[in-house]
Amino acid sequence: MSAAFVSIAQVSKRFAPHLSLGDKLAAKLGGAVETRAVKAVTDVSLAIRRGETLGLVGESGCGKSTLGRLVAGITSPDAGVVELEGAPIRARGRKTTTRIQTVFQDPFASLDPRMRVGDTIAEGPLAHGLVPAGEGAKAFARRWLGTVGLEPDYVDRFPHQFSGGQRQRIAIARALAMKPDVLVCDEPVASLDVSIQAQIINLFLDLRRRLDLTMLFISHDLGVVRHLCDRVAVMYLGRIVEIGPTAELYGAPKHPYARALLEAVPKIEGGRAVFKPISGEIPSPLDPPPGCAFNPRCPLATDLCRAELPALRELAPDWRAACHYAR
Amino acid sequence: MSAAAVLQVAGLSTSFFTKAGVARAVQDVSFTLGRGEVLGLVGESGSGKSVTGFSLLGLVDPPGRIVAGSVRLEGQELVGLPSHALRKVRGRRIAMIFQDPMMTLHPVLSIATQMGLAIAAHERVGRAATRARCIEVLNRVGIPGAAERLDAFPHQISGGMRQRVDIAIALLHRPAVIIADEPTTALDVSVQAQILAEMRSLVAESGTSLVWISHDLAVVAALSDRIAVMYGGRIVEEGPTDVVLTGPRHPYTQGLLDSLPSRAKPGTELVQIPGGTPSLLALPEGCPFRPRCPRETEICRTMPEPTGDALRRARCHHPLVLSPAEAA
Amino acid sequence: MAVTFLQPGSPTRRFLGDFRESWIATGALAVVVLIVLLAVFAPWITPQDPYDIANLSLADARRPPGFVGSEGYVHVLGTDAQGRDLLSAILFGLRISLEMGLAAGLFSFVLGASLGILAAYLGGRFETAIMRFVDLQLSFPAILLALVLVALLGQGKGQLIVALVAAQYAYFARTAFGAAATERRKDYVEAAAATPLSGRRIILRHLLPNALPPLIVVATVQVANAIALEATLSFLGLGLPETEPSLGMLIANGFQYMMNGRYWISVYPGIALIVLIVAINLVGDQIRDQLNPRLRR
Repeated sequence: MSAAFVSIAQVSKRFAPHLSLGDKLAAKLGGAVETRAVKAVTDVSLAIRRGETLGLVGESGCGKSTLGRLVAGITSPDAGVVELEGAPIRARGRKTTTRIQTVFQDPFASLDPRMRVGDTIAEGPLAHGLVPAGEGAKAFARRWLGTVGLEPDYVDRFPHQFSGGQRQRIAIARALAMKPDVLVCDEPVASLDVSIQAQIINLFLDLRRRLDLTMLFISHDLGVVRHLCDRVAVMYLGRIVEIGPTAELYGAPKHPYARALLEAVPKIEGGRAVFKPISGEIPSPLDPPPGCAFNPRCPLATDLCRAELPALRELAPDWRAACHYAR
Repeated sequence: MSAAAVLQVAGLSTSFFTKAGVARAVQDVSFTLGRGEVLGLVGESGSGKSVTGFSLLGLVDPPGRIVAGSVRLEGQELVGLPSHALRKVRGRRIAMIFQDPMMTLHPVLSIATQMGLAIAAHERVGRAATRARCIEVLNRVGIPGAAERLDAFPHQISGGMRQRVDIAIALLHRPAVIIADEPTTALDVSVQAQILAEMRSLVAESGTSLVWISHDLAVVAALSDRIAVMYGGRIVEEGPTDVVLTGPRHPYTQGLLDSLPSRAKPGTELVQIPGGTPSLLALPEGCPFRPRCPRETEICRTMPEPTGDALRRARCHHPLVLSPAEAA
Repeated sequence: MAVTFLQPGSPTRRFLGDFRESWIATGALAVVVLIVLLAVFAPWITPQDPYDIANLSLADARRPPGFVGSEGYVHVLGTDAQGRDLLSAILFGLRISLEMGLAAGLFSFVLGASLGILAAYLGGRFETAIMRFVDLQLSFPAILLALVLVALLGQGKGQLIVALVAAQYAYFARTAFGAAATERRKDYVEAAAATPLSGRRIILRHLLPNALPPLIVVATVQVANAIALEATLSFLGLGLPETEPSLGMLIANGFQYMMNGRYWISVYPGIALIVLIVAINLVGDQIRDQLNPRLRR
């Protein structure tokens, strides 16, 4: 394992339902109130290396967004720690670093609708003293708009005057204006049109090279991840089931879930080829099945899989999978 | 071809008359759908693909309305039909599936009640027969334990199951045509794969024709016999799926295919279409794709007419691949 | 079918543009502005200072509209039981009513909005404590609370404002909490926290501006309510001292003469009060309609 730039060590995060007094009372009296906690992320360890782009894929509810929020320092883990170059990124319930920044999925929600985009871009750097106030801040915002491919004269506009792709560029400018070393991207192209997706992917490729960024790229779109990421981690029900170099993993996935996921993606070249989708649905994270979480849907499952949780084992250099039978 | 046509759309135009001006969401859309055929209607947001779907069922609300054109379902004209007559057609002979199944499903009624209502809207069927029919249809859309699921409420089942129930309701009356508006977009890939596989066999066994509206070329490729690509409210290219995807004629279709990361070498810059989709309120003069098109010339300031035949046509002054006849 | 379009201009400018399209609301706003101007300039435009006892002559008491009094000018709206010129008394009364309404509205706004937004931002125990107390108070009639407080604190402008604020801040707190709690869950607040920005900055620069629109609606309605509440208290004799009659007290004073035909002493102040409150509410309704995304065309 080469040196970790961002290290995620045995991190877990659970979400307990928010119970009102009435709910608690009803639960005591045997009412149908959900009191169990959702295990969003369970015992995940990961290392992101300097300069690499790590992809995080999985279906909804697999915990990839929660893991992203933990790495971004937005929430704190219940157990474990996230460190950047050996220093924890949160202390006493607050994020302490500005070196990790985030790009969110929905650019219609992630920009303050009542703030001019120039102020949105300059706000963080101003608050942290990275730019002087006044005209300097405005020039700074103009420069960043230019960097992400927008007209610098748009600084005084409001978010509603931009299209989705343009807003995502603004959100990227806001994140990069903080001069981060690490960028956490949570589904940054999922809500964009196909032709706009390509523009934003190209922008990421360009900025990553120019700014020497380390990236955690979360997406359900396996094609986008293959295009952008050096390594990819596949999550299922809060755990990483496989992690390895992108090209190799896409070529011959070792975990049955990773294989099924890759096969389920419709491909243009595939035409109307008959494919056999995995049966069943993702179990509720409220009570994951015992043993390997994928066992109820896995064509290869045995009694061992139903009894024992498989560990993430190194099967090839830099390539690990959590399956009893993976080779 | 037209003898077997189930749905014939000609010159369909729908506009929204808003405070900010007239939005021409659909303009001069024509296509023919054969029995058992699957047409993939592809486009980005604002291309008019969803409004086309809603227009086919006469479900356009003010300030929008169909301003021109005709929609013929098994020979019967639907445009201009009074609403009570449309209601008899809708759900029975032409049905719709939405991206969000909760558009169809009522949150506080059980699935059995809702499916019963959907049956009773067009037929008088006894209680036992209704239940039997519901179970049969739910089984067909791949819902395990249909008898128990029937008494569940929408919030008690997963998103994928809800979409299946939605599809089951659309299938209840064995309609001639189903319009599906991005029904798998909100679902996970594994569930999407299941539904796509089921949809194909359902269409094959029931002979229902399907218009599948989607922004995802790969989904459409997996499902449809023919593809119609929409841009700026118009169909810019139409043809058999494999023909369109392997030899697109319209530069927009070509651009869409090129911009897919799955078709490029990882890590390389994607071929991108510059600019953004035009506002339907201010469409450019002439060809709507003109400002973003690499092949644009002066003639593109006039609206190109579709060239080719009913099976394979494109609306472009400078199409990419010439048919053998044109090349000669 | 939702079809969205890009619109030019700042949110505020679009808002004003939409507002001008409703002639009822524009008219109501004009009435409010006119009343405010009349009230502000009352000392210069009224024929008489109704608070100066030296000006009053009992010989002029209870005269009908149009009567020419001992001072030699026409009492356009007649005189009251103490011989005050009713028009002057009404304009000065409006002055007090507006003063009380605006002061109470402003203080309730600041107090309620601060508590509500802070509760939404901090959450947890602070939220529970504040919001349960607010809920408790909202289940209590405002007038009853105001009556009790005025009875305890005694008469006077300051005391009255305290009573009105105590009776009304809870509405602001509830609204501010609801709006801010909704905004707090949105991505842009998360983005601010992820930068990271300080809690103070998030509250002042993001939560407050975005929670403001519904608060403005509540503010207009609550100013009208404060005016009505103050009039009610004065009518019951618990408001301001008799030397500074507000509209409520003018109505109360004329009440006993209603039956013997001297209707004007009560009716004209009553009309002034109704016009003011209805106009403010119409403006508030329009603002609410414009801010409600579901009513947006």
